[in-house]
Amino acid sequence: MNKVHSEWLGLRVLRKEDQRLLTGSGKFVGDVTLPGMLTAIVYRSPYAHGRIVSLDLARARQHPGVVAVYGPEDIGSVGTIPMRMSPRDGLGECLQRPLPTGKVHYVGEPLALIVACDRYRAEDALEAIDLEVESLPALTDARAALQPGAPLVHEKFGTNLAEQLIMDKGDAARALAAAPVRVRERLRIQRHTGVPLETRGLLAAYDVAARTLTMWGVTKVPHFNRSVLARMLGHPEHLVRFVETEVGGGFGVRGEFYPEDFLVPWAAMRLGRPVRWMEDRCEHFVATNHSREQWHDVEIGATSDGRIIALTDTIHADMGAYIRTHGFVVPDRTAALLPGPYDIEHYHAEVMCALTNKTPTGTYRGPGRYEGTFVRERMMDVLAVRLKLDPAELRRRNFVSADAMPYDVGSTADTDPVIYDSGDLQSAFDAAIEMSEYDSFRREQANERGNGRLIGIGIGCLVEKSGTGPWEYARAEVDNSGHVLVFTGLTCLGQGLETTLSQIAAGPLGVHPDTITIIHGDTARIPFGVGTCGSRGAVVGGSAVHQAASSLREKILTLASSQLERPMDDLVLESGQVKVRGAPEMSLTLREIALLAGPTRVAEGIAPGLSVEAFFKAPMRAYPYGTHIAVVEVDPGTGVVRVLRYAIACDIGRAINPMIVEGQLTGGLAQGLGGALLEDLVYDGDGQLLTGTFADYLLPSASEMPGSVKLRLLEDAPSPLNPLGLKGAGELGCTGAGAAIANAVADALSPLEINIGELPLTPNRVRTLVREAMAANQ
Amino acid sequence: MKPTAFDYFDPPTLEEALSVLSECGDEAKVLAGGQSLVPMMNFRLVRPTALIDLNRLRSLDFIVEREGSVVIGALTRQHSVETSAITRTHAPLLAEALPFVAHLALRRRGTVGGSVAHADPAAEIPTVLLALGATMVAQGPKGTRVIPADQFFVSYFSTVLKADELLTELRVPAAPPRTGSAFLEVSRRKGDLALVSVATEITLTPRGVCERAALALGGVGSTPFAAVEEAQLIVGQVPSPRMFQEIGKRVAARISPDSDLHGSAQYRKDAAAVLVDRALQTSIARAAAESRSMESSK
Repeated sequence: MNKVHSEWLGLRVLRKEDQRLLTGSGKFVGDVTLPGMLTAIVYRSPYAHGRIVSLDLARARQHPGVVAVYGPEDIGSVGTIPMRMSPRDGLGECLQRPLPTGKVHYVGEPLALIVACDRYRAEDALEAIDLEVESLPALTDARAALQPGAPLVHEKFGTNLAEQLIMDKGDAARALAAAPVRVRERLRIQRHTGVPLETRGLLAAYDVAARTLTMWGVTKVPHFNRSVLARMLGHPEHLVRFVETEVGGGFGVRGEFYPEDFLVPWAAMRLGRPVRWMEDRCEHFVATNHSREQWHDVEIGATSDGRIIALTDTIHADMGAYIRTHGFVVPDRTAALLPGPYDIEHYHAEVMCALTNKTPTGTYRGPGRYEGTFVRERMMDVLAVRLKLDPAELRRRNFVSADAMPYDVGSTADTDPVIYDSGDLQSAFDAAIEMSEYDSFRREQANERGNGRLIGIGIGCLVEKSGTGPWEYARAEVDNSGHVLVFTGLTCLGQGLETTLSQIAAGPLGVHPDTITIIHGDTARIPFGVGTCGSRGAVVGGSAVHQAASSLREKILTLASSQLERPMDDLVLESGQVKVRGAPEMSLTLREIALLAGPTRVAEGIAPGLSVEAFFKAPMRAYPYGTHIAVVEVDPGTGVVRVLRYAIACDIGRAINPMIVEGQLTGGLAQGLGGALLEDLVYDGDGQLLTGTFADYLLPSASEMPGSVKLRLLEDAPSPLNPLGLKGAGELGCTGAGAAIANAVADALSPLEINIGELPLTPNRVRTLVREAMAANQ
Repeated sequence: MKPTAFDYFDPPTLEEALSVLSECGDEAKVLAGGQSLVPMMNFRLVRPTALIDLNRLRSLDFIVEREGSVVIGALTRQHSVETSAITRTHAPLLAEALPFVAHLALRRRGTVGGSVAHADPAAEIPTVLLALGATMVAQGPKGTRVIPADQFFVSYFSTVLKADELLTELRVPAAPPRTGSAFLEVSRRKGDLALVSVATEITLTPRGVCERAALALGGVGSTPFAAVEEAQLIVGQVPSPRMFQEIGKRVAARISPDSDLHGSAQYRKDAAAVLVDRALQTSIARAAAESRSMESSK
């Protein structure tokens, strides 16, 4: 009876979400309208750093069509927005209030909320707000912010060093000093972030009679956000309801608790009318979390035959002006996973998390790992060049071996030890090498050089992290009509959750996935939930669904066994019926069994109802891994980089739906490629964001994708940490792209001995490197 | 991102459009395809008090061949020009450049006249018209003016058009026989404005001597740049690759592009030198090929 039922796993079931999304009937927050609804917009600081001398809202309040304008004094003291991940004491002065008092800290910081009959009037009124600020020097560089005498972002906090993280394994300093070969570089990853095509949006409605506050548009971790909101509003949590809507992309940035997540419901309660705020794209670029910006001073020590002995890194992470809900997760994960797939005896990293006068930061797909993978994999290639060794061969000499599993990296993630759970880290590498025809590439490269074309190949090996706990909730039910419902504490950010959870529940319950209804993202219907983030949905939430569905199966079979007077081993649950082996005339439908479970009919000792809850606890994380290989062409005259071919191989334990995983990998690759070549949140010295529109912040489009993308999913290393062997698949497609593309560009330009130390590889940056190299070689 | 309030007019005839424009004066903006103007209004970078929509003026939507020129109504959609047999036959450089203008959806809405009047110095159409020595026809209360392209563009987003004038027509000299053209561009992504673009057209004599050479660049200054004197270097010569490289260098030395987020002035000079060289090579090869095919079909 303990057989794992997974009949629908591994099948390319079409996404059940697509019918409504592709026909335009999906409901996004902007589609929800309520009678009497008002529009809110946010007045934001145009200055990066300064003391507020006066904020005059009087003229704006008089504007036609304006219902209310609220400033810091109207809101009063409601406290700060807490850290969701790894909260710690002593950081109160670095946490954001919905509206600040005293100072402005970054361009885009909310200063007032305008509520009006429509957005046109609201924007007219916004121009009538008079702000006077005594300007202070803007901190725009994480390293400069930590210099003695630097102005302070938060004076009461007393320093711009919000946190210092340390990883330590062995004796890295001594090992490095003794290493026969050492390579040292300063590398930088630019500030960029998740840019969902649907901006954030919120709709709040307050029912004055019932005292219930309902919020639409928060899709990610609704239960957490509900607790925070209830506390800040001083309103009972059970009277606050969060309802999920469809989203146009999450990527880490959506659904966290931002200042607007307080301001909008607060205004709706105050006014007793529904209030909707839709972030526009200009706001999005300054208001929604930024990510990724890090400096690395990194050094590797190795033997002369390329065995890595020691790795050290001093990391400066630019946190922006406040510590937001993600806390220090991004730099923490960089340092936790910097050693990646390699067995390194001595490791030391120090991370300086610096406050600056820029938009606060949070996670973005592959948080910390995109950055760390770029750094480590660039260093591998730098070492390979130094040792005159093929980059692939250097990697082969350093992988953690399969028999070392589970492997303790010696680092920590949120103080939990990082322990790789299973697998052969070289297997994905070998697959990617084969798919990319790496071994014949050097001949192709030489031929093309003869034709005047510079092409190059680059490898990015990675270990990802998935399955963040601590737990997830699920409930499986059969209703009185015999239909299967599954409730989950997860939310759907567009990754096909309803399809994959249906595939998981369908096996134990013996029904077709299409007949299962997945209910998610409504706190009134789902009592508990953590939510969807960090490649945890399938691993933790999927395991909870599997557990609930398996327990419900037991209950169905128990009830049927007693009714049919046959032992459970004789029963088969399939096509929505319990059948008896060898006795086709005997059967019960799920509907009949649901009636048997009624309170007056069910036997003593069995809980009434066909409904089973499960909490899956995940004390340890699962670590999927993979390798990216990029082939690029570089035009040395114009600096233009074209990605010609791309290969990703990865082991995710088990693919619930390979089609969906491939979609995840491809979409992730597009974003990773954006970070490698295009996307950059550039600030000037005054703390003004210069790339605040889609004309300057460049997202990759279909035209920028490689001509060929090959994907291979390995399932050789099921995770021992959950019943289905799952590892997360949401981020692998992104994580290795910066590394692989940068290494490929450096390889293409190897005749010029060019080093790539910084992303993105814009035509201007590449051409500058070429020009400098040519000047130096003359 | 919502515009300020404005009055909206959609005159049915050119005469009425001109009369509304005269009444509204400097405070009015003219709407053609709206692909640049509407975003600028939403950003509140422009705040017209009156918007005059020309889209009812069907008489300004045409492509004809007339007296050795391809004549295009100002309101003709970019996509219509791109796919027109007349353009492809008689103004191949324009046809080659149009796919570089934004994306298909935008070209189906955007007009050639709108692009020219908007006068973005990195835009493709103005650069091509300058290279080809096109003329612009404007109508105002005092009648019609014909303005050569090299006198039309004043600076960033600014032309010699007066506040009460409308651009009505573009006249592009038809390419003579034994002509080859090339349009090259470097941009951050497909469809973005050019960091640098190069438009060139070369006509050969039957003996392979360069009879005419046109060369213009976009994205390298406050207006499209016509490299007239550099192009002249190959006229009367049998052009060689070394000459093209030399022209590229000279052009790079003479332009004074601005630096911006996407490319420094130095970058633009480097890219201009390379693209000029490559574009001239391509256009001469195409001219020679056409010349050969004319000979063989005799």
